Amino acid sequence: MLEVSGVHYFYGQARALSDVSLNLDRGEVVSLLGMNGAGKTTLLNILSGVLKPTRGQVLLDGNPAPKGPVALVRAGVVQVPEGRQVFAPLTVRENLEMGAYIRLKAGEKAAVARDLERMLALFPILGTRIGGRAGDLSGGEQQMLAMARGLMAAPRYLLLDEPSLGLSPKVAAEIFRVIRDLPATGCGVLLVEQNALGALSVSKRGFILTTGSIRFSGDPADILRDAQLREAFLGQACQPDLSRDGQTDAQAGQA
Amino acid sequence: MAAHAALSQYLISGLTTGSVYALTALGYCLIYNATKVVNFAQGDFLSLGGLLFYSLLSGLGLPLVPAFVLAVAGVALAGALMERLCLRPARSRDLMVLIFITVAASILARGLMKTVWGKQTLPLPSISPEIPLRFMGAAFTPQNLWVLGITLAAILGLKHFFDRTLTGKAMRAMAANPRAASLMGIDTAGLTTLSFALAGALGALAGILITPITSLSYDVGVLLGLKGFAAAVLGGYGSFAGAVAGGLILGLLESLCAGLLSSAYKDVLAFLVLLLVLFLRPSGILGVKEGRS
Ligand SMILES: Nc1ncnc2c1ncn2[C@@H]1O[C@H](COP(=O)(O)OP(=O)(O)OP(=O)(O)O)[C@@H](O)[C@H]1O
Ligand SMILES: [Mg+2]
Repeated sequence: MLEVSGVHYFYGQARALSDVSLNLDRGEVVSLLGMNGAGKTTLLNILSGVLKPTRGQVLLDGNPAPKGPVALVRAGVVQVPEGRQVFAPLTVRENLEMGAYIRLKAGEKAAVARDLERMLALFPILGTRIGGRAGDLSGGEQQMLAMARGLMAAPRYLLLDEPSLGLSPKVAAEIFRVIRDLPATGCGVLLVEQNALGALSVSKRGFILTTGSIRFSGDPADILRDAQLREAFLGQACQPDLSRDGQTDAQAGQA
Repeated sequence: MAAHAALSQYLISGLTTGSVYALTALGYCLIYNATKVVNFAQGDFLSLGGLLFYSLLSGLGLPLVPAFVLAVAGVALAGALMERLCLRPARSRDLMVLIFITVAASILARGLMKTVWGKQTLPLPSISPEIPLRFMGAAFTPQNLWVLGITLAAILGLKHFFDRTLTGKAMRAMAANPRAASLMGIDTAGLTTLSFALAGALGALAGILITPITSLSYDVGVLLGLKGFAAAVLGGYGSFAGAVAGGLILGLLESLCAGLLSSAYKDVLAFLVLLLVLFLRPSGILGVKEGRS
């Protein structure tokens, strides 16, 4: 179990998070939704050790989590940052190797090689560009690479910051499918998304963050059903899609 | 002397000093890629390398190879200490502040070297006996060969390190995106220290190789460091291939200018060319253009 409890965070004087508590189990996908500037990335950065909470604590399996991103990656908590952030001058293969840096350093060469094959099966497009510069990939391809690179660390908890950003609906759906299947491999996922419908459709629970505090937590179906939650807390982001996927989901929920 | 003999003479001496500029430029590159800091103490690594080598050989009477290895290791340690003691405590501050700290460290280092080794010029022996050699009419010494050979070995070693080893790849990843690198569990602080140590080692190599040809004193690195910096800018600051190319081009230009025009103008011409290249190609010969991802 990875959790934050009673976490506050300030950027200087500016409050970004207040009294946030949230937990993530290895067997589930949990969505974290909210409008721009709500504090989602800040919260992920706290979970991955990039930022230190001003108040409150981060717990891993019931104990205070190790400090700093390097120690947390060792402990199996891996963040895939917002906006791709691939290593542009490195090849696709080298990017994937860097994802497995800790494991390669520990000498797990064979297991890493197996995982690399698994990633190429999961994202075949990466296989065709394996020797090319990561910076030459399209935005969507870089997004896939960033996710595959995160998975190469063999995480127990994966923190994804807007993995479907800028992807075509078809590729986004593929990404969500990959995410849905991760808990079965023992990897819990905390999923930050603007595509609320896509995220909720693969999640067991959802959290809604507004200006730094959790305003709702619970069953994704409740979020989708509640028109007020949808409008007030998710903003317009999921409105256009509602006419398609959303209705079927909502209807399924009512039935 | 026949024209072609003179030309090969200029080539050999140009490639020799060019190699030293290349090693120096590579040192600047390493530190820049790790931290974006321009290290004004790079030239002092050269002086320190030569001085340590001199003391280990002449003072302690060590044989050549151990003296060489210890001198290089000593300057690598000095580089690592410089990062740990001078720059790391100020890590979170402005880049300008960090660059200024390297200026201060340079002045401090020069003061210390002057105190320990004095102001006079010291006689650093060449790596092997100075028997005159001839090639295509040009006269040169084994030291020229040592410079070229060791520089080549250092470049190949670096290339292997960055292309083939996990730590080297992690350093490139850190240079490309330090934040993402630390999210992969890459110890960016440790690799930064390692970059300074490597830059120190390269500086030491340059110093040990060139000071038997020029001269050795506590401040020999000042001008050589500046030339190495110019070479790095010429090649495209931060590019390894650029550093090598820039160093060799600068060395050749200087030696051709000294031979064909006058040695009084060689520094002037070298910097004129540098300015010209930068007017035409602000990113340097092999530098990455601004705005690329
Ligand atoms: N480095 C920073 N310095 C100061 N304020 C910051 C910093 N980073 C974020 N903030 C502020 O903290 C708040 C939360 O930012 P955060 O990046 O966590 O939002 P987010 O929910 O991830 O938004 P988005 O959906 O746009 O990515 C915002 O008001 C933002 O302006
Ligand atoms: Mg964000």
